[in-house]
Amino acid sequence: MSKKLFISGDEAVAIGTKLSRPNVISAYPITPQTVTVERLSEMVESGELKAEYMHVESEHSAMSAAMGVSAVGARAFTATSSQGLLYMAEGLHYASGGRYPIVMMNANRSLALPWSIYGDQRDSLSLLDSGWIQVYVEDAQEALDMIIQAYKIAENKDVLTPFMVNLDGFVLTHTYELVEIPEQEKVDKFLPPFQTPNKMSFEEPKNMAFSTTPADNLEYKYQQNRAMLNSIDVINDVDKEFGDKFDRYYGGMVQEYRCDDADVVIFTLGSITGTVRMIVDKLRDEGKKVGLLKIRYMRPFPEKEIIKLAGKVKAIGVVEKDISFGYEGTVYTNVNSALSKLDNAPLSLDFLCGMGGRDVSKSDIYNMFISLFKAVNGEKQKRVQFINMGVETDE
Amino acid sequence: MNNTDIKRITPKNITDKEFFYGHKACAGCGGSLAVRLALKVLGERTFAVLPAGCMSAVGFIYPQMAFVNNAIISTFPGAASMASGISVGARALGLKDYKTVVFAGDGGTADIGIQALSGAIDRNEDIIYVCYDNEAYMNTGIQKSGLTPYGTKTTTTPAGKNIHGAQTFKKNLFEIMAAHEIAYAATASVGYPQDYIDKINKAKHTKGTSFIHVYATCPTGWGIPTEIAIQIAKEAVDSGLFYLAEYQNRNFKLNKNPKSFFPVKDYLLKQSRFKHLTDNDIKIIEQQRDEKWEYMRKHWN
Amino acid sequence: MNRPKVQKYVKPKHIDDYPVGPQFTAGFLAETNAGWRTFRPIIDKNLCINCLRCYIVCPDGVIFKSENKVDVDYDYCKGCGVCAHECPVNAIKMVKEELL
Repeated sequence: MSKKLFISGDEAVAIGTKLSRPNVISAYPITPQTVTVERLSEMVESGELKAEYMHVESEHSAMSAAMGVSAVGARAFTATSSQGLLYMAEGLHYASGGRYPIVMMNANRSLALPWSIYGDQRDSLSLLDSGWIQVYVEDAQEALDMIIQAYKIAENKDVLTPFMVNLDGFVLTHTYELVEIPEQEKVDKFLPPFQTPNKMSFEEPKNMAFSTTPADNLEYKYQQNRAMLNSIDVINDVDKEFGDKFDRYYGGMVQEYRCDDADVVIFTLGSITGTVRMIVDKLRDEGKKVGLLKIRYMRPFPEKEIIKLAGKVKAIGVVEKDISFGYEGTVYTNVNSALSKLDNAPLSLDFLCGMGGRDVSKSDIYNMFISLFKAVNGEKQKRVQFINMGVETDE
Repeated sequence: MNNTDIKRITPKNITDKEFFYGHKACAGCGGSLAVRLALKVLGERTFAVLPAGCMSAVGFIYPQMAFVNNAIISTFPGAASMASGISVGARALGLKDYKTVVFAGDGGTADIGIQALSGAIDRNEDIIYVCYDNEAYMNTGIQKSGLTPYGTKTTTTPAGKNIHGAQTFKKNLFEIMAAHEIAYAATASVGYPQDYIDKINKAKHTKGTSFIHVYATCPTGWGIPTEIAIQIAKEAVDSGLFYLAEYQNRNFKLNKNPKSFFPVKDYLLKQSRFKHLTDNDIKIIEQQRDEKWEYMRKHWN
Repeated sequence: MNRPKVQKYVKPKHIDDYPVGPQFTAGFLAETNAGWRTFRPIIDKNLCINCLRCYIVCPDGVIFKSENKVDVDYDYCKGCGVCAHECPVNAIKMVKEELL
């Protein structure tokens, strides 16, 4: 029988990791990821997790060690956040190019400067191009479930690509929820031991992570891109298989909420989804045709799903906790790239919020929908809106 | 294991197998000799990790794979941590009887890789770390590193009228590593290949982290004829500018303590990287050498 | 086999012919290094005392034991001359390739 525990997001990740039976954990502590690595070390100490825990001296080494682990065909786990993620940036590109299916938890946190330990998504979004699969979860249950799914997807022979599970710092890592813990036996059936042709062994010695001349480099990059595209089908299949076994379906690439006849839809990433869902219900009660699209994966990008939905709606609002300075939000740019493939794309607005831990209230979300309706009715709205600025800006 | 228990490896009984072959290192490369000999001692059940640097650049140009054993290129700062991951990962899978070795240059070790190396020694990972020291960033075109000696002309320490090459002395890399109370550390030179083989062999039989700092000629970067590559590495030791030593069980030991030194000037002025040195520069180098030897002779066995 | 030998490398025609990820057979040599050589080491086996000094100091590992003497794998010798310079009995001569 599966049981339920009242735990934080960090703890859910630790339990999801334990259930996935990694061979080696290499991690360096950083707020707000710390509870995850503390719990994992306790599990190793108590013997309930049969894994090696490496006390590496930095995030760069955490990722380097994880690649070494994967390169001999063992299952690797690491976890980080914010500055730590940036410190391992070299390793992120290296791991995806090397096709090492490492799974990493990233506690989404603001980037310095100014220093802030609070949540936003600029850390992982600034590394969107590092070749990692990126999923953003909404709650602790999804965090736990996605660690298990992550290994299954990343280690698929047609994918062999590292996987980053993102959860909002503090909002998810440090709040407590009732989480259902899958049974180990069922997880073992769902997630078989790691197999890969991409490893060193004494039976078949390899030279790995080599250099290429311009005559072969492009082919390896094509192969890497194809693997990432292959992961879309695998993601959807694994979501279904997981749902069939554990009774929780997440929708694969995206999750739609009351979108069927919606005129105005807000796109979300991560924990803010819950708040938006409440406002959708409220507006629906008021008779407004609104919906919500939770973007689960940023890489690979759910272009097909977005195009399909966008063809039926009048306006899209993107709510995101990041900005690409000098332009707009990164999620917005990606969404608009998908919309550009439509002949009659709906209008779209970008709502930048929650950066550095700034509150986003229900009324903020409500006002975003209002702004979208105004835009639909021809009233001019700013395309890129900073939500909840505390001061006047003369704009 | 006591050192006397280890079966000595000699030219007669060393394996005929070559594990680093067909590589694209410059002719007369001391670094490639250091890699070649170490792998002959360590054998085929070895994972070799090479950060960015000469030996990775010349050994893995697809499809020319110069390592006969398992080998992998790591990031520049991440050699010791990737090797740690391999060693631990293989152990977690239940593998037995294998070695993990790093071959990194002086830049990859004393500069950009020193943090990861310090971490690996702190964890006492079961790895052997070999630093082939050719005294500058040779792979990128001879730039100054933390192990570039005083007075060296490199492409970033030009020798002009105002400044005569590098103005800093070599970091005490061996002692920095020993200060971790590492399981085993040694210095060696490709000019003394049997001594180097013995030390690799000792590292092979040491549980925990071993570090070997091997002086490795770079004919291209030093400006010498290729055929004197071994001779010059011997002269570096004989002149006292490099020394052969070991550290184990909190003890430092000088392996070679010559009564008199080979003339520093004869060693230096054979090399175009030192051609510009004045008598005064050479005096500074000798003085530094003498102070170091006074210290070593006083404090080390 | 003590030393790898040059093998025929067939460049992939289809993307699936490439290995999964940047990894390849250890010790696969697609070409020789013989073209680098200006001088060729020639061993006088009558003079050779089989001390194996040349074998140990060769940076390319191309000198190998053969019938109580040594021999050279000219496919991979770069002609650096270390062997000739280090030979204690001058049994190795470096001879210009074009004179051979």
